[in-house]
Amino acid sequence: MPILASMPAMDDIDRNILNQLQRGFPIAEQPYKLAAEQLHIGEDELLQRLQAMLDEGVLTRFGPMFHAEHLGGGLSLVAMAIPEHDFERVAAIVNSFDQVAHNYAREHELNMWFVLATETAPEIDTVIAAIEEKTRYPAYNMPKQQEFFVGLHFEV
Amino acid sequence: MMDAIDRQLVVATQGGLPLVQHPYQQLAKDIGISSEAVMARLQNMLDSGIIRRIAAVPNHYKLGYRANGMTVWNIPDELVAGAGPMVAEQDYVSHCYQRPRHLPAWPYNLFAMVHGRDRAEAESHYHSIAAMLDGVCDEHQILFSTRILKKSGFRIRAQQQQQENSANV
Repeated sequence: MPILASMPAMDDIDRNILNQLQRGFPIAEQPYKLAAEQLHIGEDELLQRLQAMLDEGVLTRFGPMFHAEHLGGGLSLVAMAIPEHDFERVAAIVNSFDQVAHNYAREHELNMWFVLATETAPEIDTVIAAIEEKTRYPAYNMPKQQEFFVGLHFEV
Repeated sequence: MMDAIDRQLVVATQGGLPLVQHPYQQLAKDIGISSEAVMARLQNMLDSGIIRRIAAVPNHYKLGYRANGMTVWNIPDELVAGAGPMVAEQDYVSHCYQRPRHLPAWPYNLFAMVHGRDRAEAESHYHSIAAMLDGVCDEHQILFSTRILKKSGFRIRAQQQQQENSANV
């Protein structure tokens, strides 16, 4: 993807860091030193730039990306169709559940979409039942059945 | 399977890898095992898929990709395994999953998140996928988000402690 004029102050070194470290990071005693050598910069500079990009929010995070299902918990996407006049009430109820990690309004008859993350897999059904009872609308459970591998690499 | 020490490692790193010269050594000190053990355990979790990868996760929005659309597709079940990888490999797609239909309200079984600088670009990605799936899928939609109603991290608990984890959904 092209470099964007609207991007925050980033130079070529930042872009190289982003492009390379999206792909992976070594496991070694001094991994930043190894990565920095590949980027032709110093270890300290890499550490400073990563910290700056985290502080500015250019990076959401830096580190291991976990596969939630393998951690033993439950994870699902849930959708609801809520009439406009009742939307705020239902959103407040749904958001009050700690297990609701993200909740988005979307343009569709199914206009509320949220992600449930629970300590245990069976808890997903319990939380959905509780949400249906409190809101009095059906909630459609759409757990992942199959994942297709994405490169998840945004060229910057 | 993960044991208690793996779980401690997850909790210690779900906020991020320490930004110090010897990050695995620091984790080792915090947990009370050797840095060799930390590295071996992380490598095992990578190999078994518990960790997808150790990497930088960019904020699409900050990078200028401000429009994200959830594209959804009704594909015959027997063709999903073939269509899914084709869609997933496009570089504007960040997540791609098969999920259950809920008829009649929801006929779609393949989901792909597409990212663009604006709605028009996200829509053009959507149309590219539609062209690619021509003949396999004639019922599809793109759903744009209009509002974030809630956004918090995923959490796993360990030692009565809750910490942020950013796992993919």
